[in-house]
Amino acid sequence: MTADVFLQALGLVLDPYVLVVIFFSALFGLFVGCIPGLTATMATALLVPLTFFMPPVPAVAAIVTATAMAIFSGDIPGALLRIPGTPASAAYTDESYRMTLKGQAEMALGAGLVFSALGGLFGTVVMILFAPRLAEVALKFSSFEYFWLVVLGMAGAVFIGNASPLKAGVSLLLGLLVACIGLENPAAQLRFTMGLPQLMSGVELIPMMVGMFAISELLRYVTSLDPPSVIAVDRIGNIFKGMWALVRKYPWSLARGSALGTVIGVQPGAGADMAAWMSYATSKKFSKEPEKFGTGHVEGLVESGAANNSALAGAWIPAIVFGIPGDSITAIAIGVLYLKNMNPGPTIFINNPENIYAIFLVFILANLLMIPLGWMTVKIATRILRVARNLLMPAILLFCIVGSFAINNSVWGVVLILFFGLAAFLLEENGFPVAPAILGVVLGKMMEENFVTSMIKSDGDPLVFFTRPIAMWLAIATFVILLWPLLAWLVQRLRPRRA
Amino acid sequence: MGSLSLRRAFMKFNDAITGVLLLLLALAVLVNVSSFPDIPGQNIGPAAFPGVLAVLLAGCGLLLIWQGLRSAQRQSWIELGAWTRSRLHVRNFLITIGCLVFYTVASDELGFLITGFAILCAMFWALDVRARLIVPVALVVTLVVHLVFYKGLRVPLPWGILLPLQW
Repeated sequence: MTADVFLQALGLVLDPYVLVVIFFSALFGLFVGCIPGLTATMATALLVPLTFFMPPVPAVAAIVTATAMAIFSGDIPGALLRIPGTPASAAYTDESYRMTLKGQAEMALGAGLVFSALGGLFGTVVMILFAPRLAEVALKFSSFEYFWLVVLGMAGAVFIGNASPLKAGVSLLLGLLVACIGLENPAAQLRFTMGLPQLMSGVELIPMMVGMFAISELLRYVTSLDPPSVIAVDRIGNIFKGMWALVRKYPWSLARGSALGTVIGVQPGAGADMAAWMSYATSKKFSKEPEKFGTGHVEGLVESGAANNSALAGAWIPAIVFGIPGDSITAIAIGVLYLKNMNPGPTIFINNPENIYAIFLVFILANLLMIPLGWMTVKIATRILRVARNLLMPAILLFCIVGSFAINNSVWGVVLILFFGLAAFLLEENGFPVAPAILGVVLGKMMEENFVTSMIKSDGDPLVFFTRPIAMWLAIATFVILLWPLLAWLVQRLRPRRA
Repeated sequence: MGSLSLRRAFMKFNDAITGVLLLLLALAVLVNVSSFPDIPGQNIGPAAFPGVLAVLLAGCGLLLIWQGLRSAQRQSWIELGAWTRSRLHVRNFLITIGCLVFYTVASDELGFLITGFAILCAMFWALDVRARLIVPVALVVTLVVHLVFYKGLRVPLPWGILLPLQW
């Protein structure tokens, strides 16, 4: 990072307009995360119609800040109501609620806050160190490497951590087919528009995502039979008490959680929630006192609290360098970057380095800002949790309608949020994860373009896909992931027969 | 995994039904792409990519049918979950969908202020907001959203029949 690019980036971030955007996005993220049923991805989807009207740096800053805050504040209702505020807190909700019942709500929330910020900073440092290096390598990539990279990401999204890879695969294929709609393909052939002129330029990403992540969530809310929950404590004391001792007691948990979280984040399709589940499990595995897990023990919170925030930063690495989103949030963010003509990819580090470094700075700022604002949120948490959701949800519905209308100033956006909201609702009810579908939609065009270009370059000889050295290694990695479940399944099948 | 598996399924189709639907979709795509023209001098046309996707989707559909049929004895074809038996929740589900449909058909004619206000009133009523709060809150929220998007972000929200009041 040269000094004047850094100063330029600093200037971009310290612009009063950007700072105001960051501040309000932070409050928005903290609020959304704190309300069960509103997720960090939904926060992003709701922000997007507003970021549509902003220059690139504040637009990205809004998303980065809001999501970092939401992932932390999702811990609050977990500890106080035993309901995770966002899915990323679900892994340790029981644990932190038990701590609250033991009278340790302060420690549960404090650990959530402090280790979220530390994990987020860790992920940010990794991003700052590796993203530019990776971009240098990526500059040498041709269509073959990009093709494999996309396939590798998709294979990971389908086969890693999904209960049913088959259903995740179906989601991915549906997403890829949606990406085929319209004129924008290498042959400029009109495909699957069903006679609707609105579909000529394809399905707009923003209304689709508002539908999939906000409308589906609203439908889930109005059909939820869950009884209203009771807040476990009235007053919350000093949440920072004993935090330094925790850092000194569990340095390895912090490091392991942050590192694993970053890696999970980088891997497309899996984000903060997966990072938290896996880190909670590793924490228990490596703990000196695994028997205490599940009884209100802070160790798992340290590790998975750090992991879910570091995953957020990790997910931005492939998003910026290759244009391949690491999770659903960055999938939306990539859509925003394209709208801003700030197409992600390695050349962004050459053409607009100041924008990239500005994003890095926003990450640092957001994770530092999390400490005071998070503390404030915890202080008034019991009041936020009493906000009437039956007033809030209809307001969100109206906001979604106007937000999707604003993209093209036409009700077509509203048709899209309805269609994709219902689709996502039905898919999830039937065990089809939504994240692979989003990945498919975002990557579809890139995949087809690189596939077609490569095929034309190779004169139809598929072997060329394996002859370039980097392409070959990416191909091998893809096949390992693709064949791994098959091998595991075969081994399992053969074993009982032998016995 | 995780949070998803914790959620109770509400409207669950047997995998075989989903599989048949996916198979039909895949066939429709294949039929559709077969009419796409070739690009002269190129070995790969616009039909290739969606064609490959459709074949893969058909494969997934067949696997789902197989899975669904294997579990068919234990599982009914369509499991309607608890909320579909609660008339209140079905009503609210339909009202939410209805509000979105209402906006798409009525907003041009009636304008944003009236449609938005009506949608909020319907949703507040459905979600049991206290009767005397419904109208004032709906009015305030509609006006705030209008102010933010129409004035602040210059989104041309339709005025409809309230056009004479435009400001």
